[in-house]
Amino acid sequence: MKILSVEGLSFRYNSAEVLSDVSFSVNVGDYIGLVGPNGSGKTTLIKIIFGLIKPQKGSIFLFGANSWNFKDWYRVGYLPQRTLFNPYFPATVKEIVSLGLFSKKESEVINKSKETMIDKAMRLMDVLDIKNKLIGELSGGQQQRVLVARAIVNEPELLILDEPTTALDPEVRENFFHILREFNQDKNVTIILVTHDIGSIGKYASRLLYLDKKVIFYGSFEEFCLSENMTDYFGEFGQHLICHRHD
Amino acid sequence: MQILDFLNYEFTRRALIAGSFVALVCSILGVLLVLRRFSLIGDGLAHVTFGSVAIGLFLKQHPVYVSIPIVMLSSLGILKLTERARLYGDAAIGIVSSLGIAGGVLMASIAGGFNVDLFSYLFGSILAISKAEVFTSAVLSVAVLLIIFFLYNELFSTTFDEEFAKVSGINTKKINSLLVLLTGITVVLAMRVVGILLVTALLILPAVTALQIARSFRGTMAVSSVIGTGSVLIGTYLSFAMNLSTGATIVMINFIFFMAALLYRNAF
Repeated sequence: MKILSVEGLSFRYNSAEVLSDVSFSVNVGDYIGLVGPNGSGKTTLIKIIFGLIKPQKGSIFLFGANSWNFKDWYRVGYLPQRTLFNPYFPATVKEIVSLGLFSKKESEVINKSKETMIDKAMRLMDVLDIKNKLIGELSGGQQQRVLVARAIVNEPELLILDEPTTALDPEVRENFFHILREFNQDKNVTIILVTHDIGSIGKYASRLLYLDKKVIFYGSFEEFCLSENMTDYFGEFGQHLICHRHD
Repeated sequence: MQILDFLNYEFTRRALIAGSFVALVCSILGVLLVLRRFSLIGDGLAHVTFGSVAIGLFLKQHPVYVSIPIVMLSSLGILKLTERARLYGDAAIGIVSSLGIAGGVLMASIAGGFNVDLFSYLFGSILAISKAEVFTSAVLSVAVLLIIFFLYNELFSTTFDEEFAKVSGINTKKINSLLVLLTGITVVLAMRVVGILLVTALLILPAVTALQIARSFRGTMAVSSVIGTGSVLIGTYLSFAMNLSTGATIVMINFIFFMAALLYRNAF
């Protein structure tokens, strides 16, 4: 069953082409690594999916509904690329995580108990011990984990994370990928994770979507490594470096 | 002078009631405005209030009632200029603010001068506040507080991270419009308490004081409310007892609280 369909999407900013005729679909339970170089249109694509930018051409369907009429945002979790917040913002970790519950239907929040849901998300992201600290007092990695907790607190069916690991150190990053895999496999949460690090995500994602203004490749990591088109695109040495990084 | 003597006068009781309501609203809205780096909107709208007071005096209508719709429209004007004319908020505030002052001066010169009345609005005259004005201040303040109470999560989310608020299904455009409209109403109400020239202090000082010491978003709003209301109560009493300008005394008390909070923060 399709959870997201992108059909013939094109977007230009002034005269610059950012996305050109992008089409793909994501099924329930998929774990998609959305990869591509800087400026390849990854973040623009995510912003269009969330209705933050209007495309010139194309359509998006979320859970079968056209995204312009989509109202059930509680079914989708989102971590923006860079959350630019005031470092002196006087909000505690718990207050910020609770913001993720806003899109949840009130009845469901009451049934599950708001406090339990917030505590669960904080525990998963290992920020429960610092729940009363102000966001500005945390390190970059801790802040990122708080924002991920905010994205998952409403127990979304589709989780879209834009460059979530940039502020994390390698150990925390690996742990983070593990947690996401558990979400995906144990709770059947569909994940789209944006990164420019193909090697890292290749181990975890069920499919890679390589974007460079248009869809260059969409398939499994193994298919990516065996693809002659990708050999032509990256060169034999480039493809080898991506595919055998963890050997 | 004893506090009980001070409370024996009806006009001082009226001043304290109206002042407390207005200070409470200013302190809470101030937190949202300061955190969104939009705190000077109060200054801009206060200048518009100067123009609208002049219009009210010229038309021989009560300046507060004439000012409320004009200032509310101007607040939306600032927002639209920021969105549509690709201007930063400070430039948009500058345009609307100078338009307000120019309008007020033109009105005053056309009318041949109503300087004394206009001066009472410039520097505030809380001790001369009428029963009807107390009633208006209380009703509008309660309305503003109720709106903030019921839209607390939307206002908090939009203030912290507007993009995330949008994808949570919050209509952030409506929330932004509401915030500036509420600010417009509040600025007009605060004009009688501290005067047009000092309205910004009532919006900014309690909020920045609370930001020095509070340990949560709710806590910031609570501390700001206590500081703002406390400053109006203490300032009104001291100004009466020491025969000083009430608006200026309230602002000075607010500033003393701010310095104390700053020292406390640096000490601990």
